[in-house]
Amino acid sequence: MADAAGHLLDHHEAGSTWVGKSIPRVEDASLLSGRGRFIDDLGVRPGTLHAAILRSPHAHADIVSIDISAAKQSPGVVAVLTGEDVTSLTTSLVVGVKAPVECWPIAVGRVRYVGEPVAVIVATDRYLAEDAADLIDVQYRPRPVVCDPLAALSPDAPVLHDGFKGNVASDRTFRYGDPEQAFASAAHRISIDIRYPRNSCTPIETYGVVADYDAGEDAYDVLSNFQGPFSIHAVLSRALRVPGNRLRLRTPPDSGGSFGVKQGVFPYIVLIAAAARAADRPVKWIEDRLEHLTASVSATNRATTLSAAVSDDGRILALDWDQVEDCGAHLRAPEPATLYRMHGNLTGAYDIRHLKVRNRVVVTNKTPTGLNRGFGGPQVYFALERLVQRIAVELNLDPLDVIRRNLVAAGAFPYRTASGALLDSGDYQEAIRRGVVEGGLAALKARRDAARAQGRLYGIGYTAVVEPSVSNMGYITTVLTPAERRKAGPKNGAQATATISIDPVGSVSVHVSSVPQGQGHRTVLSQVVADVFGLTPSDIRVNTELDTTKDAWSIASGNYASRFAPAVAGTAKLAAERIAQRLACIAASQLNTEVDDIAFVAGHVGSKRNPDNKVSFSRLAGLSHWSPGALPDGVGQTIRETVFWTPPELTAPDDADHINSSLCHGFIFDFCGVEIDRVTLQTRIDRYVTMHDCGTILHPAMVDGQIRGGFAQALGAALYEEFAYAPDGSFLTGTFADYLLPTTMEVPDPLILHMQTPSPFTPLGAKGVGEGNCMSTPVCIANAVADALATKDIDLPLVPAKLADIVRGAEPAPPAGRAADTKRTGDRSLRGEGQATVAASAERVWAMLLDPATLQAVIPGCHHVEKLSDTHFRAEVTLGIGPVKGRYRAEVRLSDLDPPHAVTLGGSAEGGLGFGGGEGRITLAPTASGGTSIHYVYEAAIGGKVASIGGRLLDGAARVIIGQFFASLARQAGGAAPNRSRGSFVAKLRRLFGGGR
Amino acid sequence: MSRLQAGRRHPVRFSLNGKPCTGEAEPRLLLTDFLRHQIGMTGTHVGCEHGVCGACTVSIDGSPARACLTLAAQVDGCEVRTVESLAPSAGRLGILQAAFKRNHALQCGFCTAGILMSLDCLLRDHPRPDEATIRDFLSGHLCRCTGYAPIIRAALEAAAEMAGDVSRETTHA
Repeated sequence: MADAAGHLLDHHEAGSTWVGKSIPRVEDASLLSGRGRFIDDLGVRPGTLHAAILRSPHAHADIVSIDISAAKQSPGVVAVLTGEDVTSLTTSLVVGVKAPVECWPIAVGRVRYVGEPVAVIVATDRYLAEDAADLIDVQYRPRPVVCDPLAALSPDAPVLHDGFKGNVASDRTFRYGDPEQAFASAAHRISIDIRYPRNSCTPIETYGVVADYDAGEDAYDVLSNFQGPFSIHAVLSRALRVPGNRLRLRTPPDSGGSFGVKQGVFPYIVLIAAAARAADRPVKWIEDRLEHLTASVSATNRATTLSAAVSDDGRILALDWDQVEDCGAHLRAPEPATLYRMHGNLTGAYDIRHLKVRNRVVVTNKTPTGLNRGFGGPQVYFALERLVQRIAVELNLDPLDVIRRNLVAAGAFPYRTASGALLDSGDYQEAIRRGVVEGGLAALKARRDAARAQGRLYGIGYTAVVEPSVSNMGYITTVLTPAERRKAGPKNGAQATATISIDPVGSVSVHVSSVPQGQGHRTVLSQVVADVFGLTPSDIRVNTELDTTKDAWSIASGNYASRFAPAVAGTAKLAAERIAQRLACIAASQLNTEVDDIAFVAGHVGSKRNPDNKVSFSRLAGLSHWSPGALPDGVGQTIRETVFWTPPELTAPDDADHINSSLCHGFIFDFCGVEIDRVTLQTRIDRYVTMHDCGTILHPAMVDGQIRGGFAQALGAALYEEFAYAPDGSFLTGTFADYLLPTTMEVPDPLILHMQTPSPFTPLGAKGVGEGNCMSTPVCIANAVADALATKDIDLPLVPAKLADIVRGAEPAPPAGRAADTKRTGDRSLRGEGQATVAASAERVWAMLLDPATLQAVIPGCHHVEKLSDTHFRAEVTLGIGPVKGRYRAEVRLSDLDPPHAVTLGGSAEGGLGFGGGEGRITLAPTASGGTSIHYVYEAAIGGKVASIGGRLLDGAARVIIGQFFASLARQAGGAAPNRSRGSFVAKLRRLFGGGR
Repeated sequence: MSRLQAGRRHPVRFSLNGKPCTGEAEPRLLLTDFLRHQIGMTGTHVGCEHGVCGACTVSIDGSPARACLTLAAQVDGCEVRTVESLAPSAGRLGILQAAFKRNHALQCGFCTAGILMSLDCLLRDHPRPDEATIRDFLSGHLCRCTGYAPIIRAALEAAAEMAGDVSRETTHA
């Protein structure tokens, strides 16, 4: 390390600062050599147990019974916890609105989303815990399901929680200025309806928790890759029924990405802590990918109607927002924060004085939502910036002119928005001017015109957004009425903390509670502090692990709302300056000069006027240890300084619901050119330009890294990613083969441009930059696609199938005589038919179909068949579909018996991997050669884990399995091989699955 | 391969990063769990356990392989290399690692081990890959932090350096 630093020093000119340089990251060497210390890389106490979680296959069902007896007897199992056990050890998690509703980290009596924990199995290793999970027998009684936020509003929708009005957890209206008057007098009212989908930034490292309980002290010790905000610590200690000082929450040194998502680990902290208490041993749980995609957390999906009162020249006079936010099955802290994070910024980058808002929060049978990069921004800007594009189209104006015409004026900062945000600084007009010139908009327009002249589908999209950072901890209380807020007490601010320590040999350590997940905080802090002390970054050691029992922290601690550069790094600067100020006093006294004459340069503290009059930094800095008596009076120690910093601008919402929801407001102007292939309807990004003003840039390469990373995630959200649910609430995207993240083949390199307008409100002038492209890019691409296709209605993700409907119209009906293929979304039922010929009489086939011994022999994977009555059978079968193989208990009932001609089989199957139900009609007809022709039609539906990860294979697998059944029936009857109506396709599939022989 | 009995541990003898290594594994034990939790080599990461994200990529007999889709028992007699093999010595970085550091080709570093192992295999077989080849080869890896561009740049730089087009001083960690 020392050599690398020496190398660095060569390029560091005297008098220049480390801040602003792209120095190599201190984090990289260990990460590149396999020496990272992520949670699953750390050793645990001997005797630590491992947890697996059994999860609900149903989106909405009562739990009739849970039989854990077999699981408890399973090898290695120490404890099995169900909802009842967890409720006896913990208290419900708090809910973010005032309502008599409980929120447990495990299902209690009822499941409300696919993937909701139903039991926790604790065993000596994870494999044994998962073995035991398969042995738990849960009986469910399914309830009607509601997955769509607007459907959830309907009076006859199934109700998830009795404590809410219907499914509405919150319904608030806001009014700023005089929107009614503005709409009444405006020349135009232009509206747009938006459905923003569910997605997630999906870190590659999943959740992890290691929990221990000390009964003697009634205290928990938890290690988790939780990212904050540490306001959740209060939620956790309350749920675990201990005071905060008896919940020690620690974070590992490294965390494999989060993007907000790892805030959502907190219900599992409660669950695993409860398991550790029940097992009286430490318990470790590492989430797997299916669990993560199905049930960790996601961004909210939102239905928005946005209207603008617009003048003839495109000036927006007022906005009317109607937002219906879908928070999934439970309103977990800090939700409904996604809906309120942008409340001060509902007018975007525009000067709009009149505003009307209706915000409703609904619960549906989907995974509960939480933090996700952009947090509320993508949902708001998708509506706002689509509307701006529509205004241009409907009024026949240039979209960029409409943007320019409405921007906040350059001289207006700090600018108070209609709903209360204080936009700190900026020059939006200049940013756009530079973006247009340096980004080559004129050339891009020429490319578009040339492409269109050739008949190609090419479009250009624009967006201008304000990127908020450093959240006001009080913004979430805007969901409460002023009266409720008065009762609850004020909430506001954003306390950041930093501690500087100096040891006896004068080496400097920094600690902050920023909990990075890969952003390079340690490197930037070493730059910031090195500048204050006249040292090099390699002289500074930075620790960003957080231990709530030993470290300085506040409820605002953590890694979210892009608060590191503006708040945390600035606080470290303030802490270093406090110590430097005292060191300057000591130096002045030692060097016989004034404090004003002291400078920190190149490892020394000395006189500016006489540079030879100096003392080494380390000698001076160590004095507080070695000889406190030698310090001048009143200086105090220079060993350790902790600074808490909160900006005064972040005040609580006022009685008129004005809220300065964030401290800093960067500006982003994006434009892009896209081409849509006329044949494949794939969208290709031809050029993407993103202009950022994030205030002072501390480390240019890291800022560009944040922009590129956010852009790639936003590209995924725009083109590929959606957490898809079937109407029955089955989760359909449980693997990375179903939930498609962009790879090297899909992500282009955007052109990144910068200008720097420092924030007057932060110590370093920096603003947040981590989330902006997640807000600006999805709608910029959508605007370009809308331009290319000349269409109004654009829903994300822009998959070819959706664009096909726009370009080619809805798919025509299938030709007569051919059944429509199973639709992939919406209707997941499997339908099929086939035929087999058996060399036996119809009477004999009939007898075989009703004989348990024959059925046991011919049903694929059957263990045994039990005849409960003449028309009621029970079977145990093992079936494999794609990667999922599991044991199912099937009930089969016969009806409409017409011996020996026809019978209807109705049945259901349930197992650890999912459930299914269906009905089939079998008809028998004699053939000319004395055999029997069996014709069958069936319709089935399948849900649970198998739907999440094997969904693409279900159709084919069902055909194969049913084909196998009749093939072996034919063999059993001594007949010929069956012939099937879709012979070649089925034969191919059968080879694929290795069945049918 | 001889028939292994479920539920019993069987010896696995293989070469790990050039040194002989012996462990015991039940037939169902994944290579990822074996390497990480039995051998203690935690540099190989687990991101999806279904072979898509690529974080667990190791080299088995010179070819990149998903350790999460490989059973420990399958590497008996094989030559396995992991990210821990890439640095020439403690405190120094190899050419590829140094190029990643220079180009800020990692942020959280969780997917990085797998990407490095894939590129290491690629560059051994194809010393001068072009950008299209590298992009194609890395399409089996998911990175959520970087947007890939710096990774591609680092790979191109490392390839040029290894092929002798550029020379750099030894890079210290």
